[in-house]
Amino acid sequence: MAIRVFLLLLLFLSSAIVSFSLYEDQAGLADWHQRYIGKVKHAVFHTQKTGRKRVIVSTEENVVASLDLRHGEIFWRHVLGTKDAIDGVGIALGKYVITLSSEGSTLRAWNLPDGQMVWETALSSAHHSKSLLSVPINLKVDKDYPITVFGGGYLHAVSAIDGEVLWEKDFTAEGFEVQRVLQPLGSTVIYVLGFVNLSEAVVYQIDSKIGEVVAQKSMVFPGGFSGEISSVSSDKVVVLDSKKSILVTIGFIDGDISFQKTPVSDLVENSGNAEILSPLLSNMLAVKVNKRTIFVKVGGEGKLEVVDSLSDETAMSDSLPVADDQEAFASVHHEGSKIHLMVKLVNELDNVLLRETIQMDQHRGRVHKVFMNNYIRTDRSNGFRALIVMEDHSLLLLQQGAIVWSREEGLASVTDVTTAELPVEKDGVSVAKVEHTLFEWLKGHVLKLKGSLLLASPEDVVAIQELRVKSSGKNKLTRDHNGFRKLILALTRAGKLFALHTGDGRIVWSMLLKSQACERPNGISLYQWQVPHHHAMDKNPSVLVVGRCGSDSSAPGVLSFVDVYTGKKITSSDIGHSVVQVLPLPFTDSTEQRLHLIADTVGHVHLYPKTSEALSIFQREFQNIYWYTVGADDGIIRGHVMKSSCSGETADEYCFTTRELWTVVFPSESEKIISTLTRKPNEVVHTQAKVNTDQDLLYKYVSRNLLFVATVSPKGAGEIGSVTPEESSLVVYLIDTITGRILHRLSHQGCQGPVHAVFSENWVVYHYFNLRAHKYEVTVVEIYDQSRAENKNVWKLILGKHNLTAPITSYSRPEVFTKSQSYFFAQSVKTIAVTSTAKGITSKQLLIGTIGDQILALDKRFVDPRRTLNPSQAEKEEGIIPLTDSLPIIPQSYVTHSHRVEGLKGIVTAPSKLESTTHVFAYGVDLFYTRLAPSKTYDSLTDDFSYALLLITIVALVAAIYITWALSEKKELSEKWR
Amino acid sequence: MAPILRSTSLLAFFVCHISLFFCFFASNLPISSGSEDSYTITGRVRIPASTVIGHAAKFSNIKVVLNGGQNVTFLRPDGYFTFHKVPAGTHLIEVNAMGYFFSPVRVDVSARHHGKVQATLTETRRSLTELVLEPLRAEQYYEMREPFNVMAIAKSPMGLMVGFMVVVVFLMPKLMENIDPEEMKSAQEQMRSQGVPSLSSLLPASR
Repeated sequence: MAIRVFLLLLLFLSSAIVSFSLYEDQAGLADWHQRYIGKVKHAVFHTQKTGRKRVIVSTEENVVASLDLRHGEIFWRHVLGTKDAIDGVGIALGKYVITLSSEGSTLRAWNLPDGQMVWETALSSAHHSKSLLSVPINLKVDKDYPITVFGGGYLHAVSAIDGEVLWEKDFTAEGFEVQRVLQPLGSTVIYVLGFVNLSEAVVYQIDSKIGEVVAQKSMVFPGGFSGEISSVSSDKVVVLDSKKSILVTIGFIDGDISFQKTPVSDLVENSGNAEILSPLLSNMLAVKVNKRTIFVKVGGEGKLEVVDSLSDETAMSDSLPVADDQEAFASVHHEGSKIHLMVKLVNELDNVLLRETIQMDQHRGRVHKVFMNNYIRTDRSNGFRALIVMEDHSLLLLQQGAIVWSREEGLASVTDVTTAELPVEKDGVSVAKVEHTLFEWLKGHVLKLKGSLLLASPEDVVAIQELRVKSSGKNKLTRDHNGFRKLILALTRAGKLFALHTGDGRIVWSMLLKSQACERPNGISLYQWQVPHHHAMDKNPSVLVVGRCGSDSSAPGVLSFVDVYTGKKITSSDIGHSVVQVLPLPFTDSTEQRLHLIADTVGHVHLYPKTSEALSIFQREFQNIYWYTVGADDGIIRGHVMKSSCSGETADEYCFTTRELWTVVFPSESEKIISTLTRKPNEVVHTQAKVNTDQDLLYKYVSRNLLFVATVSPKGAGEIGSVTPEESSLVVYLIDTITGRILHRLSHQGCQGPVHAVFSENWVVYHYFNLRAHKYEVTVVEIYDQSRAENKNVWKLILGKHNLTAPITSYSRPEVFTKSQSYFFAQSVKTIAVTSTAKGITSKQLLIGTIGDQILALDKRFVDPRRTLNPSQAEKEEGIIPLTDSLPIIPQSYVTHSHRVEGLKGIVTAPSKLESTTHVFAYGVDLFYTRLAPSKTYDSLTDDFSYALLLITIVALVAAIYITWALSEKKELSEKWR
Repeated sequence: MAPILRSTSLLAFFVCHISLFFCFFASNLPISSGSEDSYTITGRVRIPASTVIGHAAKFSNIKVVLNGGQNVTFLRPDGYFTFHKVPAGTHLIEVNAMGYFFSPVRVDVSARHHGKVQATLTETRRSLTELVLEPLRAEQYYEMREPFNVMAIAKSPMGLMVGFMVVVVFLMPKLMENIDPEEMKSAQEQMRSQGVPSLSSLLPASR
């Protein structure tokens, strides 16, 4: 009896602990978080004598950040909204960082030390125009020089102290485009130079105190301008004419405009089209002609002369005043695997102040941008440091001939992610090396025990953390038994492939895509190309990287095959056709290479790999290959099928033509496609059936060919707040992609997008906005197979009178029924994913990336259409949760715990070998990785398991046995004597 | 424009309606300024000092989001935030602060009343007289370790095992004492006669 009670108690205790959350000292044990900022656009140094030296940067990911100049760490950063691109950054009054964003309509000031926003000013804007920010270099801190901002057709003067607009001037006249706003140092006159219809130059002189136009001059230039412009001094600019063959110096001293034309051919022999480069050099400009960079000096009367010429691959910084009215600039050029950094005086180009040669990783590509800063050395000479932005978006600080620090900012713009296995442990190398003695082992466990009983001192906690990290061996570069160690392959927008280790997030290898056809292809997507089973074949796995030469979808594609273990490129090919869609086929050849079809813009598909074996496999399955395309613009979904080899048009036998099989046309006046989704092709479904509480069977309709489509009324396609509930409705469809049959349609009146959905097994969960309740809603749709619903009788199964073995074909009309339910959800959502495990047995969790850049894990049990208000006892036992009108947000179930994955874009899950556990990788501006066990680690002991307590118990028991034995002996003896 | 209600009684409807009525005429909500079709929403985020836990709330890390990401703005040192150029209509404002949960706020910007702003918390359906946003609750992202106590150890499986052994060791002899001495004697004799006790002898059926 006692044993029974004990067992019951034990069961009760073990079932009571269902929360999967984290203790604070477990943070960072299985997860890591990396902070990035993105490709740097602007950089402003702040290197006053006192205080920490820092550099303020703004990036293409709309981040403004303050970096430590010594170590490259982030002091603070802010990720602005997605539509809030930063146009300029500066430092005002020595204490505020000023950013201009949203096409010159938002001006913000941030406190330099801690990044607190100080003020924010909305500037009026009328139309799109250049946005220019000029923050005066303040010599006297107490005096407030206004910041001049041009944007949206208006010129504004804004006080740096509180962001008050002092005055604004309208330049929105028809055809007038402002090109430059210049203010000579110490002058109260602001020159505004612009072109009318690119043929007439107009200069306004404006009093910087009151914003009145003092004078206005204009002059027609017969040839017209091209729009490229470089300001060389405060009263001179150089522009290119419309044919890009003549450099025109426009001088506007005291408001008088003068043109001085210099044909480029006078400067350089056999010149082609010229291009003005962006660096601002005083009294000089850099022009790119004939693939060379020439420096043109602008004389006092606007005379141009060539002073130097450099190779094409040169990046330059703006010029910077160094001592005694002299200005210097930095230039960086490549030579083999080295880069040369030179700092020269603008006036005397022969006078090289600094010449440094630095070994550079080939996989960083060319130098894109250089920002220079000078400092006074202890011997009073000038020292220089340069911040360089490379082609792979990485950021490096060069100083004294060495790379002081580097940041892999390419990882802030990940476009596609996949995972790969690590190499198998070779014989003779033991992973589980016994590293410490029994005493140390015991000590460690006593420490852990102390930690779990809250007896540990802070030093002990640190020791426990260290011990855990060390003992787990999680950073090894080999496969482990549980599949916890893996490689995460991330392709970035810059076309660089990174392999990150799941243990600590370090970069194992990285590789920049290369192509003969174009300078630098963009990365689009990643596919598993070859995953050899290591028992069968001793070959390294490889991935297929699909890239494109240019941003246009009709640009030719580039395929690269990369060895996963080494990070070396196996081959790459310029495929000569465009890439619209890549379809991995469910077939592999004898070397376990997966067959892929690539569809191009002209309606052909191309088979890869281009081998005869692949071709013969493909020919066998020729009739069974279907795919679909979604035309979001015209609202048509088309199904395609193979037609024939396109040998008639080209000699390429791996090219095939296709024909349209079906179309689903959505009426354009009432429906607009906003989201489409299919299941993950590699998802594992453990069981086909679901047992109800009343012993009823429900068969899941599990099909790989289901497409989820969400459409909204065209009016509702905009933002929330732009439409009334009556005007908008949301309709979702489930479409079979083989036949084009609509299996289910569900309409939500008064709802609108954006729709974020996740599709797994036989269910779809999607998130949208309900305009009537003015809340977000989440709906779950589960789809079940009716045709097999009769197979419930055991006798039928025994006598074989069931249709379970009947082949399932997409051609037949499926009898399906759906169940759905909706709930409120209290947050905006950026993306939704679902956990995936090796066998699909473990219950699933939805991973909801919220607007706050956190990831919430929500049990699938909360989005179950069988939830009712008052579940019966049987249903409760099954684990059905009583229905509530909104989904709970439990803070402990944020898998990102106290981190934010800033700028969250996507969440990727991958199974580990241990069934209970799944890898979760989230990317955005930041990266975050963790391991999740949606139903706790039921198949292994947790890290927390206290071996020490077990040991102590055993010892105590043994001791108790001996003591009682001795006692009983004694007692027996005394009894015998009696 | 009646609020949409789910599973609330008619009485609640009236209460809510009256409060909305009230704020329409007697509130001191900020009246937004702006041109014909675009207005400004100004509000404030306030975190009561009593709810500050663990990592203290830094205003610099709080974002205010309009319409699910259309606009993102930050807080000034005094907690104020502003959205500029917002068209008339019904909007949604969310506040993201680590460690706090804020209810999304439904904000109606009226075109007829020159951009008069009317705000309602969507989670609690409470209408606000001023656009001052306070967290509904503080969020603790970590599970709290329970402090050391003897009961926790006693309740753990191993503690129970030890406890069970103790019971067997110390209470069983007590039970033995309660058995009738004669019966005990006969049993002991039986044992002696059979020598080493075997499993079968312990079974009552074999007797």
